[in-house]
Amino acid sequence: MSGIRVESVTKKFGDFVAVDDVSFAVEEGELVALLGPSGSGKSTILRIVAGLETQDHGHVYLTGEDVTSLSPQKRKIGFVFQHYALFKHMTVEKNIAFGLEIRKKNKTQIKKKIAELIDLVKLNGYEKHYPSQLSGGQRQRVALARALAPEPKVLLLDEPFGSLDAKVRKNLAKWIRHLHDRIRVTSIFVTHDQSEAMEIADKIIVVNRGRVEQIGNASEVYEHPKSKFVASFVGNVNVINGRTYLSHIAIEGTEGRISQKTEDIPEDHDIVLLVRPEEVVIEKKASKDSSIPAEIEEIHYRGSFYEVDLRIGANDIKSFVQKERYKSNPWTVGEHVFVLFTQFKVFEASEGHQAIHRMLKQLGYIE
Amino acid sequence: MSDEHRCVELTRSRHRIGQWLLLSFVLIWFFILILTPLIGIIKATFSQGIEAVKSSLATPASMHAFWLTLVITASAVVLNTLFGTILAVVLARQNFKGKLFLESLLDLPFAVSPIVAGFMFILLFGPRGWIGNWFSSLNIKIIYAFPGMLIATLFVTLPFVAREVLPVLREFGPEQEETASTLGASQWQTFWRVTLPSIKWGMAYGVTLTIARSIGEFGAVLVVSGSIINKTQTATLRIHDQFTDFNYAGAFSAALLLAAFSFFLLNIIQYIYKNKGSAST
Amino acid sequence: MKNNRATALAPSEMIPRSLSLFYIGFLIVLPIVAITAEAFKGGLLNLFHQITLPEGLYALKLTFFLALFLALINIVTGTATAWVLVRYSFPFKTFMNALIDIPFAIPTVVTGIMLVLLYGPNSPIGSFFEKQGIEIIFNKPGIILALLFVTFPFAVRSVQPVLMEMEKDMEEAAQTLGASRTTIFFRVILPTLLPSILTGAALSFSRALGEFGSIVIVAGNIPFKTQVASVYIYGEIESANIQSALGTAVVLLFSSFVVLFFLNILQKWSHKHER
Repeated sequence: MSGIRVESVTKKFGDFVAVDDVSFAVEEGELVALLGPSGSGKSTILRIVAGLETQDHGHVYLTGEDVTSLSPQKRKIGFVFQHYALFKHMTVEKNIAFGLEIRKKNKTQIKKKIAELIDLVKLNGYEKHYPSQLSGGQRQRVALARALAPEPKVLLLDEPFGSLDAKVRKNLAKWIRHLHDRIRVTSIFVTHDQSEAMEIADKIIVVNRGRVEQIGNASEVYEHPKSKFVASFVGNVNVINGRTYLSHIAIEGTEGRISQKTEDIPEDHDIVLLVRPEEVVIEKKASKDSSIPAEIEEIHYRGSFYEVDLRIGANDIKSFVQKERYKSNPWTVGEHVFVLFTQFKVFEASEGHQAIHRMLKQLGYIE
Repeated sequence: MSDEHRCVELTRSRHRIGQWLLLSFVLIWFFILILTPLIGIIKATFSQGIEAVKSSLATPASMHAFWLTLVITASAVVLNTLFGTILAVVLARQNFKGKLFLESLLDLPFAVSPIVAGFMFILLFGPRGWIGNWFSSLNIKIIYAFPGMLIATLFVTLPFVAREVLPVLREFGPEQEETASTLGASQWQTFWRVTLPSIKWGMAYGVTLTIARSIGEFGAVLVVSGSIINKTQTATLRIHDQFTDFNYAGAFSAALLLAAFSFFLLNIIQYIYKNKGSAST
Repeated sequence: MKNNRATALAPSEMIPRSLSLFYIGFLIVLPIVAITAEAFKGGLLNLFHQITLPEGLYALKLTFFLALFLALINIVTGTATAWVLVRYSFPFKTFMNALIDIPFAIPTVVTGIMLVLLYGPNSPIGSFFEKQGIEIIFNKPGIILALLFVTFPFAVRSVQPVLMEMEKDMEEAAQTLGASRTTIFFRVILPTLLPSILTGAALSFSRALGEFGSIVIVAGNIPFKTQVASVYIYGEIESANIQSALGTAVVLLFSSFVVLFFLNILQKWSHKHER
C-alpha cells in the first residue's frame, strides 16, 4: 500500500509517554493534518515518521516499504521545520540545490530543477539572496522548495507556520494547499491551529496526550466529535454544567431544562453540555423548545457577526449571531431572554472536564 | 528486543567507533597537555620534602617577593576596576567621535607581547625617556622601582574589567537609569543603586581575571624592574631568578604556591562565571 | 544603546569621558607612539637594517614559524575538544571543562617550570626521548609544548560557545535531505564554525608571537637555534642595544595590529548571516 502507514508506535522519554500506541494511515496524495495542543506528541509522531526520533515500539511504512530501521537520510522524505532551518551561510539557490548535490545530479539538471522550484514558490529574483535577507514567509517558501527538490515520496511539515504572524499564516496555508494540489505528494503537517487544519487538510488526525482521539475530515471531526476533547478542541465550544434526569437534562443553576433523553448516559449523573456558539439561538419569548432562561451580559460587534455573552444559571456562554438577525430584533445588555440549542453534545463530567476547562482557557476561548 | 531495534542499534554503533576514537584522542591530548604537568610539579616539589618547601618559602627574599606581588596586584585591581568601569560606562552610554576607535584600543594590551610592553614603558619612563626625563630631574625613580612595575601591570591588565562590564551595560540599556532619574535620583545615586548592582557579576569576573593576570605577569615587569632582589622582585621574577641560579627547590616551591593559588582562583572564576551567566537574564 | 540627547555636555558626562581618554591615552596610546617614534627616529633604512640583523632576523623567523605551526595544531585540537565537550557526555566532563582554563590562571614561568620538570633531560620522559635523539626541553619541541599549553584555552573557548548555540535543526534538515554525517560536518557545521575557529587560531597566533615567560625557561634561548623574538628583544635591552631591540619590537607590535584588525573582520563576518 502506498502512502504513509504508522503502526502501533510508542515512544517514551524516561517515564513520560510521549506517543502511546499510535496508528494511522495516510493515502497517497493526501494532505493530512496532525492536530493537537502543545505537548500532545504530534511533533514527536512526525519526527518518528521522518526518522529523526526512534520509536520504542511499532513500525513506520513509507510507500509500502518498512522504513522503521532506516536513518532519515535513506527515507527519501522532505521535512520542513518550524524555524525553517535554512543553511544560513548558503544562498537561496544553494539551499535548494543541497539535496540534489547530495544525490550527485549533474549541473544542468540541478539548474533546471532550481529554476522550476523558484518559479513554483514565487521567489524569482531572490536566487542569490541569503536567508538573513528574507522575510519569515519567504524563508518558509525556500524551506519548502529545498525539501521538494529531491522529489521526496513524502512531505512532512512541523508547525510550518508557527513562527509567522496571522495574516502571513493564512496566506501561506492556502498557498500550501494549492501547491499540494499541483504536486500531489503525500503530506502530513503538524499544527495546533484547528482552523488551519480544517481549512486545508483532506483528513485530520486529532491527537491528545500521545493518543489518537479521532481521524476524519473536517466536517466529521467538527460535527461528530467522538470525545469531549475533540469536541472542545476543534472549533469554539461552550461548556455547560448539567445533570441528567429521567426524561430531561437540567442546567445547573437555572430552572431551564432540555426535554431530551440521553442515550448512553444513565440518569442522575453530572454531565457537561458542549454547544457551539453558532448553535445557540436567542429568543425574546419562551417557547416550548427554548425553555432556558438567560441574561445578556455583553454584546460585541465582530464585523461580520455579533458575539453575545450570556449567563445561564452559573454558566457563562457565548453565542454568534448573524448581523441581519440581530439588527431585525436587537437585544440590550441586562435583558432577560431565552436560548435554544439547535445542536449539542453531552458527555459525562469527570476529571477530564477540568482538563477541558483548563485547555479552553489556555487557548483563549473562555475567560 | 525485536529485529528492528537491533537494526537501529547496529546503524548507531558504526558511529560509535568514530565517537570513541575522537573522545580518546581528545582525552589523551588533554591528559598529556594539561594534567601531567600539574601532577608533575606537585610531585617534584614535595620530593625535596616538606621542610625544604617551607624553608625556601620563608626566606626574606621570597617573603618580600610575595608581598610585592600582593601590593602590585591590589593596586592594579583598584585602579583598573575604577577606570575600567568609567571607561565601560563612557563607551556604553555616551556617543562621540572616535568612540569606536577608543573601543578598539581596549584590545591592544592583549595583543602586545609583554616584553614589548615593558620596553615601551622603559622608553617612556626610563631616566632618559620622554617623561622619565622630567621625573629623574626630580630624583623620582619610575623604572627599576615600584611605580614602573605598577604601570606595566596596569597596562597588561587594563582591558579585563572594562571588557566584562561593557557588554552587561549594553545589554541592560539606559532605560533603568533613565527611570531612576525620573524618580528623582541624582547621578551618583543612580550609579550606586541602579548601575552598579547590575554590573556586579561582570565586574567580579573582570576582577578575578585581573588578579590572575597580575600575579602571573612576568615579561613586562622583568624588563621594567631590573629584578633587583628584595627590592623589585615579584613572585614570578623570584621564581625565574632562583631557577637561573639552579636553586630548584626554591623555584619549584614558589611555583607550586602560585599554581595552588591559581587553582583556587580558577574555581572562583568558574563560580562567578556561572552566576554572571544566569544573572544576565 | 545611544544616548541621543543633543543637550550641551554636562560635567557629569565630560569628567568620565576625559578621565577615560586620559587613561587610555596615557597607558596605551602614548607608549605605542613613543616606541614607534623611537624606532623610526634613525630613518627607514636604519630601521630595516636593525630588523634584518642576523640574530634578530632568525629570531623573528623562528617565532613566526612556530606561531603559525601552533595555530594550525590548535585549529584541530581546539575544535575537537570543543566538540567533545559540547556533544558528548562522559565521566569527569565538568572537571575537564573547568581545567581548560588553567593556562589562563597559571603564571607563565610556572608553566615553563612544570614543563622542564616533566620533559627535561633528567626526567623519565625526557631522557627516554633523548635516547631516541629527540631533545624536548632546550629545543624547539619544548617551545611548541609551552605554546600549546598557554594557547589551548583560546582554541577551545572560541569554538565552544558557538557550537553550543548552533541550532540542531539545520543538521536535521541536512539529514532529511540525504546528507551523510561527514557531509553534514563539512558543509553545514564547519562553515558555521569557521569564523570562531579562525578567531581561536588568530588569538593563539597572536599570543604565541609575544609569549615570553614560559619560553625563556623552557627553550634554552640559544641564538640561531631556540631564541625567539621576545627573548632576543629582552637580551638586546639588557645589553643596552636599544636600536636592535627597537627594530624587532616594532615588527612584533605591527604584527599585533594586523592580527587585531583581522580579528575585527572575523567578528563582522560571523555576524553577517545572523538575523
